[in-house]
Amino acid sequence: MSITVYTENWEGKFRKSTFEAVCYAKKIADISNKEVKAISIGEIDENELKKLSNFGANTIVSYPKIKKNNEKGVATIIKNESENSNLIIFSNTFNAKSIAPRVSVKLNAGLITNVISEINDLENISVKRQSFSSKAIESIRLKSNCGVITISPNAFNVTENVVSFNIEVKANELDSNISITGKDVNKGKISLSEAEVVVSAGRGLKGPENWNMIEELADCLGAATACSKPVSDIGWRPHSEHVGQTGKAIAPNLYIAIGISGAIQHLAGVNSSKIMVAINTDPEAPFFKAADYGIVGDAFNVVPKLIDELKKINNN
Amino acid sequence: MNILVCISSVPDTTSKINFTENNTKFDKNGIQFVINPYDEFGLTKAIMLKEKLQANVSVITVGDASVEPVMRKALAIGADKAVRINMQPMDSFSTANEIASYVKQNKYDIIIAGKESSDYNSGAVPGIISEILDIPFVNACNGLNIEGEEINLSREIDGGIEKIQTKIPLIIGGQKGLVEESELKIPNMRGIMTARTKPLEVIEATTTNHLTESIEFEKPSVKGECKMIDENNISELVNELQNVTKVI
Ligand SMILES: Cc1cc2nc3c(=O)[nH]c(=O)nc-3n(C[C@H](O)[C@H](O)[C@H](O)COP(=O)(O)OP(=O)(O)OC[C@H]3O[C@@H](n4cnc5c(N)ncnc54)[C@H](O)[C@@H]3O)c2cc1C
Ligand SMILES: Nc1ncnc2c1ncn2[C@@H]1O[C@H](COP(=O)(O)O)[C@@H](O)[C@H]1O
Repeated sequence: MSITVYTENWEGKFRKSTFEAVCYAKKIADISNKEVKAISIGEIDENELKKLSNFGANTIVSYPKIKKNNEKGVATIIKNESENSNLIIFSNTFNAKSIAPRVSVKLNAGLITNVISEINDLENISVKRQSFSSKAIESIRLKSNCGVITISPNAFNVTENVVSFNIEVKANELDSNISITGKDVNKGKISLSEAEVVVSAGRGLKGPENWNMIEELADCLGAATACSKPVSDIGWRPHSEHVGQTGKAIAPNLYIAIGISGAIQHLAGVNSSKIMVAINTDPEAPFFKAADYGIVGDAFNVVPKLIDELKKINNN
Repeated sequence: MNILVCISSVPDTTSKINFTENNTKFDKNGIQFVINPYDEFGLTKAIMLKEKLQANVSVITVGDASVEPVMRKALAIGADKAVRINMQPMDSFSTANEIASYVKQNKYDIIIAGKESSDYNSGAVPGIISEILDIPFVNACNGLNIEGEEINLSREIDGGIEKIQTKIPLIIGGQKGLVEESELKIPNMRGIMTARTKPLEVIEATTTNHLTESIEFEKPSVKGECKMIDENNISELVNELQNVTKVI
């Protein structure tokens, strides 16, 4: 018997969230005396596949000829590979969220998304999940024999756990019911939903030309950039950077909010960050009630100083 | 062309979230319910398609009678007909199953749902419907264009945007980009008046099966005091982040 994990790569490299999912699966496998079976979809080289075994995957099944955006096909593969499994684990990516619901129907398995707690008993699965845009945590129980879960990014640690493994490469091909006609890749190197540090700015920045210092700060920290909703609505920044209740929900270790007032809808998407820093000219800005650290000051003055300070430590 | 918009009725985004009955139920007391923001983009898109292609637009909600004011709002915005499946949603599977059964009996070319509901945030209902009906599913959809037989869509992926072509019938999990914020429609007086006379059909649910069960809710732990740092003492902030909370 095994625990199945869907492992997702971006241009040939596994995502950080994939390693989180493998580690998550390994913990359950250990307490329930099971193995971890990882399914990889799309072209990928053997060295990359092997990495999965560093985190606990015993069986690695690779389908290089199937494209991950053929979600209907991928769901069929996962279903077929899960005959000996009663738990299938995904991370919370857009791709996984297009596949997991299909798998849950195929296996008549309950689906639980945004999971933030570990599973202690495979026979009687109950977990905690984010709900109400991070304003609440829901405990939920699985009623079916088999379960499909998607775990929140940055909620679980990646720890090495080297195991012996075998890799099976399968040459199956499958038709898709959608065809991909184009792709635009985001400029930023770091994916916002997986980033450990996020630098975010709001209307307080006055105009898109002032984002240079935000990007520079992000570079110093190896951070992804984000923004408030009005900023993406006016078109100062791409919509993919919009965080909050109606944008992305994120949970980095560190969130730095610059010139963002801290409206309830904004906080809803970022409140799960471990540490939040607010920089704002207005000492009454609501963000200071939610932040761990606050600086009352003008972004145009504070951000360059912060960059200088970080450069000092980066140089040491 | 027939379009079905799946609407989830959710607490207004400014709502304070509380629970009752030993934290097992969401406390609806004093809560204003609205069309789920992602569904509002989809509904507006549907109304635009109605104007462009003479499409018929129905909205569907799985819920008890308390969701009807939200459905009337969807009618006031321009939908032709509303269908309520009379059931307290139990989980994504049962909700999706009900909608899928309705679609099996009534032909729809495009089913528009949202990428997630802003209350339970499952992001599951449209994907489950797509599998039950065996139709294409485009999640996090931020663009939908119909030219004759050809359907062109775009969707957000982690790391960019993908352009897609597919055929009807299909289902999307929509979001902003389907229409812009500025294109969202506020119902006018005439819309509100005609909404009263448009059909709101109530159908009894058939599903009794659900695969997950909510046990209880808790609120995230409250943060400690915000530590204020002087703007002339930025090194203190860096020191805190590096050595105290160790996040950089
Ligand atoms: C249905 C609905 C959904 C919403 N969803 C979201 C969402 O998902 N995400 C989201 O972000 N918002 C959302 N909003 C909008 C939200 O209510 C706020 O309007 C928005 O977050 C405000 O953005 P902001 O903080 O950038 O701008 P503002 O509220 O204008 O705040 C700008 C801040 O910058 C400060 N400032 C000005 N100059 C400087 C300076 N030189 N240096 C430092 N600080 C400065 C000001 O003191 C102020 O606090 C939603 C609203 C609604 C109604
Ligand atoms: N009770 C419901 N009735 C109708 N549609 C729903 C219901 N719940 C969810 N949906 C649709 O499914 C989408 C995703 O919801 P969810 O899977 O609950 O996050 C929503 O944006 C709606 O379009």
